[in-house]
Amino acid sequence: MTDHNPDQFSVFKPISRSLLRLIFGPVLALLYGCTGIQSTFSAFGVEAESTRSLTWVMTAAATVITIGVLWLAWYAARTPASQLDYKGGMRVIFWFGALGPTLLLSVLLVFSLSKMRTLPTGTDDLKIAVTGEQFWWRARYLPVGGQSVETANEIRIPVGRTVAFALTSPDVIHSFWIPGLAGKVDMIPGRTNDLVVRATQAGVYRGVCAEFCGLSHAHMAFDVVAMEPAAFEQWLTNMAHPATGGDSPGRKLFESYGCSGCHTIRGHIEGATIGPDLTHFGSRLSVGAGTLPMTLDAISRFIRNPASVKPGVMMPDFREISDKDVAVISNYLVELR
Amino acid sequence: MICKLHKLAQRLKSSLWMLVVPPTVWALHFLFSYVYTAVRCAKSGSVEAIVDIRTGITVATVVALLLVAASGYVAWTQSRIDGDLRPYQDSTDEDRLHFLAAATLLLAGLSFVAILFTAIPAFIFEDCI
Ligand code: HEC
Ligand SMILES: [Cu+2]
Repeated sequence: MTDHNPDQFSVFKPISRSLLRLIFGPVLALLYGCTGIQSTFSAFGVEAESTRSLTWVMTAAATVITIGVLWLAWYAARTPASQLDYKGGMRVIFWFGALGPTLLLSVLLVFSLSKMRTLPTGTDDLKIAVTGEQFWWRARYLPVGGQSVETANEIRIPVGRTVAFALTSPDVIHSFWIPGLAGKVDMIPGRTNDLVVRATQAGVYRGVCAEFCGLSHAHMAFDVVAMEPAAFEQWLTNMAHPATGGDSPGRKLFESYGCSGCHTIRGHIEGATIGPDLTHFGSRLSVGAGTLPMTLDAISRFIRNPASVKPGVMMPDFREISDKDVAVISNYLVELR
Repeated sequence: MICKLHKLAQRLKSSLWMLVVPPTVWALHFLFSYVYTAVRCAKSGSVEAIVDIRTGITVATVVALLLVAASGYVAWTQSRIDGDLRPYQDSTDEDRLHFLAAATLLLAGLSFVAILFTAIPAFIFEDCI
């Protein structure tokens, strides 16, 4: 072989560059998904924070071990035979093959187990019973010494306080997951699973159903609002109040179209529990379990044909409803705050 | 006393039966830990159960570790019995003994660590959740 031929390399350059682009493009695009309102990496609670630090420590340890193993392989391949006698070889195996890994695994095991401990709970913690239903969320707040409050499709929690969720389901298995707050917990019919969390940062986030539960599984999300304790108390007090407003035309239509057979609006029409409680519907951030924005148009669209938004939805369509009536009902609902 | 035990260990010829002792103890300890924890958690409150669970797992762990250590000790004495030179790969009684003793010793080491790893969670968690 003669000297280096520069052309040899220039042939490879464009290939490797496009290869790099091919690899880094998707990686960057994927990394972009690691932030935002629905990400374990943008943690706003102690549980998710410890999961995140666990991830980093495990990744670092795995990197060190990988490099160590590769180095050993390289060393073993390059070292001439009979460099080590039998005793020496056994000693290498003992330290690098048995004792080293055992100590490292012990440290990682104890570290990760300590990260998996549940937060301690007390009797004066706020409890929230959440049931996953096809394809929405029923939430009942059980404050200590206060009256229980039912709402739907939105979870609000006070920052800095321990909150205990009791999770179950009346129909199929769902899974309750607020990635920025804590790991997911299954909601299983006939069983109540506990999840203890503590938010550390106020803000608006998002949770999802993480277990396939039917056609609209992917449209089963919810808004999560972590609030300063004082603001939270105020919100909860407001939620406990029945709906205001007197005999509006919307309220009559709501009854005459039979909506009240499934939806409760406390103070107006009570008793139905099949669909989400709409008492303070207008104060929610989205419509239809995190699928549409809270606008009059979106509400009308949902009422007229919910299945066009959420396939397999458990609410019948009202395609025959007139434009005027649906607008009146939507106005009535959005005023419920 | 110790001398007698040592003599006894030398006489207990390593066999395939000896070889399966450490992993079997590990398996039984594993099974006990999981079943006992599940039963205690189901029968009493999630926090009250932990004292029982810790006691039960401590006893089981001590017993299991003693058994594994004993079989490791027997294997170790036998791996030091004089005989042919390495490697132990011929179909002679001595080579077979050395091979089984070495394998038993390694399995005892592995089982010892595994039993400890199975027990550790009981001392880190404080409830059944
Ligand atoms: C057979 C029972 C049933 C009837 C009747 C019914 N709904 Fe519903 N409704 C539901 C169910 C179930 C959902 C939850 C759908 C989902 O998100 O999966 C729902 C959801 C809604 C939502 C969205 C709630 C939220 O939290 O985002 C609105 C608004 C709504 N219904 C309005 C109405 C109106 C107005 C009527 C009458 C014209 C009506 N519904 C009739 C069962 C019913
Ligand atoms: Cu679901």
